Parts: sequence; structure tokens; C-alpha cells
Amino acid sequence: METEFTPWISLLGGVLIGLGATLLMLFHGRVMGATGILAGLVYPASKSDFAWRAATVAGMVTGPLVVLAISGAMPAVQVPVSTVMLLVGGLIVGVGVTFGGGCTSGHGVCGMARLSPRSIVATGTFMVVTLATVYVVRHVFGG
Amino acid sequence: MRLFAAYVIGTIFGVGISISGMANPAKVLNFFDVAGAWDPSLIFVMGGALVTTFIGYKLVFGRKTPVFGREFLVPQRRDLDARLIGGSALFGIGWGIAGFCPGGALPALGTGRWEVFAFTAALLVGIILARTIESAAARKPNAPQS
Repeated sequence: METEFTPWISLLGGVLIGLGATLLMLFHGRVMGATGILAGLVYPASKSDFAWRAATVAGMVTGPLVVLAISGAMPAVQVPVSTVMLLVGGLIVGVGVTFGGGCTSGHGVCGMARLSPRSIVATGTFMVVTLATVYVVRHVFGG
Repeated sequence: MRLFAAYVIGTIFGVGISISGMANPAKVLNFFDVAGAWDPSLIFVMGGALVTTFIGYKLVFGRKTPVFGREFLVPQRRDLDARLIGGSALFGIGWGIAGFCPGGALPALGTGRWEVFAFTAALLVGIILARTIESAAARKPNAPQS
């Protein structure tokens, strides 16, 4: 499945992601990591801890609706993999981010922006492994 | 006010993820498919997000406290261990198989696509599974302390 190269809108999206991360630190003193926010919803430390996480996730889910209101179209979600791969991949991602302590937003953006050695190593590791996995799935197994 | 701010901040993040392409598995997988239908767009996402956060954090950490809290809760650990690297490698395998990461999937739920709900459900099962394994290991008296 081909996708169009979209440097400017992707750059703007990246700046908004960074703005969200900055504002969450400014107002709530928290790292904008999807893994941590989600895990905290499953295992809340307290009622007020659960509340800000739920409000943030509700905002995230509203994102595509704002895009729809402004542009007249839902953001594209094209899924080129089978349901089995979605489920197996999701399960592995869940285990991996729990042990790894973060994902693209937590380690890749917030941690790297703080020049955290753990985040730089984590991000480097998952980028290389993802690259290898996609190569194996698409070009070795031809999936 | 505190929760409203969190909601608005989540929305900004969700719009960013939505327009950047991070919520679209086809675009994510093509970014990594350098030997195939390569789409380098995600470099611009990471670049824009990193530079903005780097500058933003510098400004924010000039303050003593966050607006609604007593302290900035930032991870302090600097050591590298097998758990960090192994976990990140596992995440990479899962991301390469499914094309969704947690930060991409949560905003994508707003599109109402069933595939995103399926992925997110599996993601939650994975998180719970890993936490269960962890707490079981922690209960063993001679388990190594991490």
C-alpha cells in the first residue's frame, strides 16, 4: 500500500505533539507518554491521578473529530495488516512498553528531549528492531 | 480547571498525532519499509516533536513548579538495563507487526475504526500481562531486585 509523502503536515503534526508534551509538563508536571498515561488508567495511584489521565486520553480521542471539523475529513487510518497481526502486535507492544518503560511518545519525544540516556537507548533500540521487523515481515515472508 | 486543561492538552496532542500520520499504520509501516514503499514523512514528525519539546521543556523547567502541582514528575533513572533494552526491542517487534504504537492508537480511537479498538484491547491485555508477570516475580523471595 503506497502512502503519499507529506513533509509539511507531518512537521506541523510533530510541532503540535511537542506543544502538547510541553503544556502537559507546564500545567501538570507530567511526561506525555501514552504508555504511562494508559498504564496509570489501568492501575491508578489515586482518584485525582486517574482523573487527569482520563481527561488527557479523552482529549486525544477528540483529536480526529477536531480534524474532521476543520478539514471536513477524518484522518486516514489505513490498516495494511491482518486482524491476527493487529492482535499479536498489540499484545507484544503492551508487554514491550511495560518492561521498556515507554514508547514513541514517552521515550521517543519526552525522554529524548530531556536527553535521557535511557530514552535515547530505548528509542534507538525500538527504531532499529521495528525496521528489521518490517523488513522480515514484508520482504522475507512477503506479508 | 485542572481537568479541562488536561483535556485541551490531550486534544492538541491528538490533533498532532492525527495529522502527522502516526495514527495511520500504512504510513508508519512505509516509513520503516526502506526496501519497499518508503515514505519518509515520519522523520518530520519526530523532528518537529523533538525540537518543540526540547525548547518547550527548557522554558518550562525554568519554573519552580508546574501550574497545577508541587513538582515536575520526571523519570530520574539514568542506568541502562536488560529490562529497558529487551522491552524496547519487544515493542519494536510489535510495532513492526501491527503498525500502531500506543501514542498513535489512542487518538486513532476517535476515528471509530474497529481495527484501532482491536489493537488497543490487545495492547491493554499485554500491559496487564506484563504487570502480572512482574508482580509474580517480585513476590518470589530470591528474585533479583530491579
